[in-house]
Amino acid sequence: MNAASLAPLAVVLPILGAALTFALNRNPVAQRTVSIGLLALTLLLECWLLAAVWTTGTSSVTLGGWLPPFGVVMVVDQFSSLMLVVSSVVSLAVLVYATGQGMADGDQEAPVSIFHPTYLILVAGVSNAFLTGDLFNLYVGFEILLTASYVLMTLGGTGPRIRAGVTYVVVSVVSSVLFLIAIAMIYGATGTITMADLAVKLAELDPATRNLLHVMLLVAFGIKAAVFPLSFWLPDSYPTAPAPVTAVFAGLLTKVGVYAMVRTETLLFPGDTLNTPLMVVALLTMVVGILGALAQSDIKRLLSFTLVSHIGYMVFGLAMSSVTGLAAAVFYVAHHITVQTSLFLVTGLIERRGGSSSMDRLGGLAKLSPLLALLFFVPAMNLAGIPPFSGFLGKVGLLQAGMELGTPLAITLVAGGVLTSLLTLLAIARVWNRAFWRKPDDAEYPDPVLKDTAAVGLLPRTMVGSTAALVVFGVALTVFAGPLFQLAGNSAEQMLDRTAYIQSVLGADATVPGIAAPGGGTGPSLQGGAK
Amino acid sequence: MSVNLTLLLVMGVLYACGIYLILERSLTRVLLGLVLLANATNLLILATGGYAGLAPFFSKGTDAGDYNDPLPQALILTSIVISFAVTAFMLGIIYRTWALARQDDIQDDAEDRRVAKTPSFDAEDDAEVPQETSEFPLAAVAAGHTPDHPAAADHPGLPGSTPLNDDEGGGPR
Repeated sequence: MNAASLAPLAVVLPILGAALTFALNRNPVAQRTVSIGLLALTLLLECWLLAAVWTTGTSSVTLGGWLPPFGVVMVVDQFSSLMLVVSSVVSLAVLVYATGQGMADGDQEAPVSIFHPTYLILVAGVSNAFLTGDLFNLYVGFEILLTASYVLMTLGGTGPRIRAGVTYVVVSVVSSVLFLIAIAMIYGATGTITMADLAVKLAELDPATRNLLHVMLLVAFGIKAAVFPLSFWLPDSYPTAPAPVTAVFAGLLTKVGVYAMVRTETLLFPGDTLNTPLMVVALLTMVVGILGALAQSDIKRLLSFTLVSHIGYMVFGLAMSSVTGLAAAVFYVAHHITVQTSLFLVTGLIERRGGSSSMDRLGGLAKLSPLLALLFFVPAMNLAGIPPFSGFLGKVGLLQAGMELGTPLAITLVAGGVLTSLLTLLAIARVWNRAFWRKPDDAEYPDPVLKDTAAVGLLPRTMVGSTAALVVFGVALTVFAGPLFQLAGNSAEQMLDRTAYIQSVLGADATVPGIAAPGGGTGPSLQGGAK
Repeated sequence: MSVNLTLLLVMGVLYACGIYLILERSLTRVLLGLVLLANATNLLILATGGYAGLAPFFSKGTDAGDYNDPLPQALILTSIVISFAVTAFMLGIIYRTWALARQDDIQDDAEDRRVAKTPSFDAEDDAEVPQETSEFPLAAVAAGHTPDHPAAADHPGLPGSTPLNDDEGGGPR
C-alpha cells in the first residue's frame, strides 16, 4: 500500500457528506455536524497525505482496475498535497463561517438547506482536480466544481445574483467547451489522455501541432484562472454572491485554474516555448487588475480586482520556468488562497456591522469594532506585501527569480510586480481610510447603522471566530515560511524534473523525454530517464 | 488515422451556428448556441476514434485493428451527461430571469455602469483645501493666516491627502 491508496477518499468523503446532508435537510443541526465533521476528517487525511508524500515521495493509484495508460489515475505529489491541505483549511473555515451566518439569520428555509450538499460537492470537485492524473478526469473535476458553483452563485435567486450568474455560467461553459476541444485534439494527436503518458508522447509530436494544443489548453485554463484579458467575467460576477460563497470562490476556484496551468506548463509542455507571451500576460494581469481596483468604491468589487491582479504574480512565477520562480509561485498560491479568502470573510463581517460594503456609506468602523479593524488590517497588509508577512516573502521570491533570469522583459516584470504591490497598498489604504478611520459623518451617504451604535447587535461569535482562525493561519504561513518555502522548492524541483511523476504512474522503467527543443521535430532526449 | 468527412462537415456547421448564437444578447439563443457547441465537440471526440469498427471485447479472436476505439465513446457519454445538467440549470436561470425582469436579454451590471460614469475628480481626495475633518481645528487657517502651515500646505498637492487628516482625527480615539 502506498500513500496514494487513500487519496480517493479526499474526493469520496465530501461526496458522501453531500449525500448525507441532502438526506438530512430537515435537521439543520445534524446537517451542520455531518458537513463540518466530514470536512475536518478530509483535512486530517490530507495532512497525512502531505506528510506521507514528504517522506516517501510521489505516488499514484489506479482507479477502476484499468492500468495507467488506459484507466484513470490519481497522483499525489508535494504540490498537489500542499494545495489540498491549504484548500481544505480554507473551505473548512468558510463552512464554519457560513453556518454561523445561517444560524444568526435564522434562515432554515428551502434555499439554504441545499447549501451544505452543494458546498461539499464543490470541495469534492476541487480535490478531484488537484489529485487527478488524467486530463479528462481533470475536466470532470472542473465540471463538478463549476456546476456546484453555479448553484452557490445564484443561491436565493434574487435579481442581481441571477444577472451575475448568467454571465458566470455562460463564460464557464464556453471555457469548458474549449477545454474539451483541446482534450479531443490531444487524444486525436497522441491517442492517450493520461497526463504522465502525454508527457512522453507530446514530446514526439510536430512542434506546430504541439504549440496549437499548448495554446488551446492555456486559453481554457486562462479563462478559469481569470488571466487578463480573459478576466473580464470575474469582477462582474463574484461580488453579488453571498459573502462566504464569494470568499471560497475567490480562494479556490481561480487557483484550480492556476494549478492546471502549472501542470500544463511543467508536466505536459515543459520548456520555454510560450514563456514570452506568458510574461506579457502576467504583466498586463497585474497592472490592469490593480488599476481596476483603484476605481472601485465597493469593497467586494475592489477585492475582486485585486484577486485578478494577484493571479498575475502566479503566472509571473510560472513564466520564469526556473526552480526559483516556480517555488515562489507555489508559495504565492498557498499564501494568496488564505489571504484573499480571509479578506472576503472580513468584508462579510463589515457588511453585517456597517450595513453595507460600499465605501461611500461606511466610516468609523475602527472605533465601532476594533477587533474587526484588526481582522481586516492584518490580511490587508499581508496582501499588499508589507514585511514581514508571507505576501512580502512570496513577492521577494518572485522578484529574485525575475532578476535571475535577467532578460529585459523579466526586469520589466519585476518593475511591474513592485508597482502592483504599491498600488495594492494604495487600494487597501483607501478602504482602510474610508471604512475604518474616518468619522461616520464624513461618509458621502452614511449608513444609519453607523451612528446609532445601540441598534446593532454584536457580530455572531462563530463568524468572527472562523475569520480570526483563517487570519491566524495566514500569519502562521509567515511564521513557518521556512519549511513552506522548502516544500515549495522541493515541489518546483520535482515538477520541472518530471521523473518522479512519470515513473510513479507508468512504472519505474518508463523513460522520461528531455525538454523538446523549440525547432526540433521529434524531441531529442536530452536528459534521458536515467537521471 | 482516417476520418469521416460527413462528421467533420456537420461538426463545422454546428460550431459556426453555435458561435453565432452565443454572440446574441437573447439568453435563449445563447443557450441554444451552447448546446450546439457541446454537440459539435462530441462529434469532434467521436471523429478522433477514426472509422467505425467492431464492438470491442465482443468476440474472441478478432484482429485488434478491426475494433472500434471505445475510449472516445466513453468520453462522449460523460460529456453528454455534463452538458445535459448544465443545460437544465441554464433553463432554470432563464426562466428565473423571465420571472424577475420579464425579459430574455442579458442585462448590464449596474455597478459597472456607475463606475464607468464616475468623474476622475474625487471630491474627497482631490479637494483643494480640505474641509474641517480634524478634531484639532486648523486654528491658523481659521485665524486668517496664509495656509502655508506645513500640514495644511501638504494637503492640496497630494491626491491621498485624507490619510493625514484622518490620522489626526482617529489617533486619540
